[in-house]
Amino acid sequence: MTAGANGHGTETTLGARDHARAQAGAVAEAMPTIPASRYSHPPDNVAPDRLTWAETVAGGGYTAKVLARGTTLRLTDRDGDACAHVLLFNADQPWERLNTADTVKVPWQAYLGPSHPLLSDQGRVLASILASREGTHDALCGCTTRAGNEARYGDGAAHGPTPAARELLRMAGAKHGLEARDLGACVSFFKRVWVGGDGALNYAGSQYPSSYVELRAELPLVVLIANAPHRLDPREAYTCTPLEVLAWRGAPTRPSDGLWAFTPELERAFLNTADYATARGLDD
Amino acid sequence: MTESALTHAHAPTGTLPPGTVVADDHVAARAPWSASLRAGQLLSIVDLGGNQAVDFLAYCVPDTSERYSAAETVSAQGNIFLTTGSVLRSCEGRAMMTVIADECGRHDTLGGACSKESNTLRYGYHTRHQHACVENFLAEGARWGLGKRDLVPNVNWYMNVPVEPDGTLGIVDGISRPGLTVTLRADCDVLCLVSNCPQINNPCNGFDPTPVRMVITAP
Repeated sequence: MTAGANGHGTETTLGARDHARAQAGAVAEAMPTIPASRYSHPPDNVAPDRLTWAETVAGGGYTAKVLARGTTLRLTDRDGDACAHVLLFNADQPWERLNTADTVKVPWQAYLGPSHPLLSDQGRVLASILASREGTHDALCGCTTRAGNEARYGDGAAHGPTPAARELLRMAGAKHGLEARDLGACVSFFKRVWVGGDGALNYAGSQYPSSYVELRAELPLVVLIANAPHRLDPREAYTCTPLEVLAWRGAPTRPSDGLWAFTPELERAFLNTADYATARGLDD
Repeated sequence: MTESALTHAHAPTGTLPPGTVVADDHVAARAPWSASLRAGQLLSIVDLGGNQAVDFLAYCVPDTSERYSAAETVSAQGNIFLTTGSVLRSCEGRAMMTVIADECGRHDTLGGACSKESNTLRYGYHTRHQHACVENFLAEGARWGLGKRDLVPNVNWYMNVPVEPDGTLGIVDGISRPGLTVTLRADCDVLCLVSNCPQINNPCNGFDPTPVRMVITAP
């Protein structure tokens, strides 16, 4: 190609700089809004200047952020076919992470819904589920793999047309110093799975457009999110619609909150969390 | 050793597959165990005393960052229970081990391991200093260079965890009995970590932890 032949005026350094700078301000369907306070659709009950995260993640995309203790994280299945695979880590000590076994065993409940704690392996609440407009979510089935997606859709790489959720989480984790051995079992929001009496897993699938789930960060968190089809999604085509991610400042659950002693197990989980935060100086 | 454990020592010793015995280990109540198996070797786990949860993790060799995944295992077979024909799968979907014989009927994939920390949630702070499976996994894993980052939700052989229609799940009385055996084939080179569960606050060990027998066979 000869200089200038591409028509972009990028033959020179100054021309290339002008060309690059002229792109700013374009709008994509999937993108972060920075600062988050400028997001066009803040929640009704949240002052825009409290927003700390506003981003839309395309199907087959991922995102990640470090959130302060007390932050509310709202995930919205805008068009009714998102599936948010989420991994949580204590940002102060990432070896403490989401433990899906304790998350279902300790509350005596396999299905995620309002008041359910997302527990760490240290007997503490990483995040509480505050609100969930519709149905339940999945803590059993995990995420798709590269090999699985290659067999299923023809490709599973992060850079390909049908990325596996685990490949996306691998990228999100890598940017926080997390490696394959740190990526344990995830929870998956917006796709419901139920267990039959014989132990069979039944995929009940999608919920409804504008369904959302709100999580409260009870510790400082590294949050990894992959938006990709559910592990048991039976559809031939790789089907996943955009996920809206919003977060805003708030306070962690306190003893005065009805959630604190919702169950005896949950109360001790909050006591353990407060014990850690106090000793660590997080609430000073 | 308690009187009941002595009684259990006279229980049946299991049903082993044919082949050359490579290792035959008696794992004391509450103790950890580990071994590396070559592809094709068989591992038999004998519930000597009956209703003894055997917490179990498996890692690919030599790259242990690929390891057992409960989620991938249950998703691939479409069922939360393990029995004959079940394939233990890695976090990348690879077949690691296959259950080739099971005299018990079903085993748990959801309940994970007991820990000192989760014991405080489930039973209260008086249990904080009781021994727990995570202690065994950490101690035994360290012998192979594995640490806390390497622990994931595990298999519980002989543990009974039903899920009710409303999602209620819990560890209930077991369906095993003395001498029942489950045998696994290694589908790749694999490192197995075991905690012979010390839990005394729920029925997973019949409130009485007992020894198990681990036998590796080369067919």
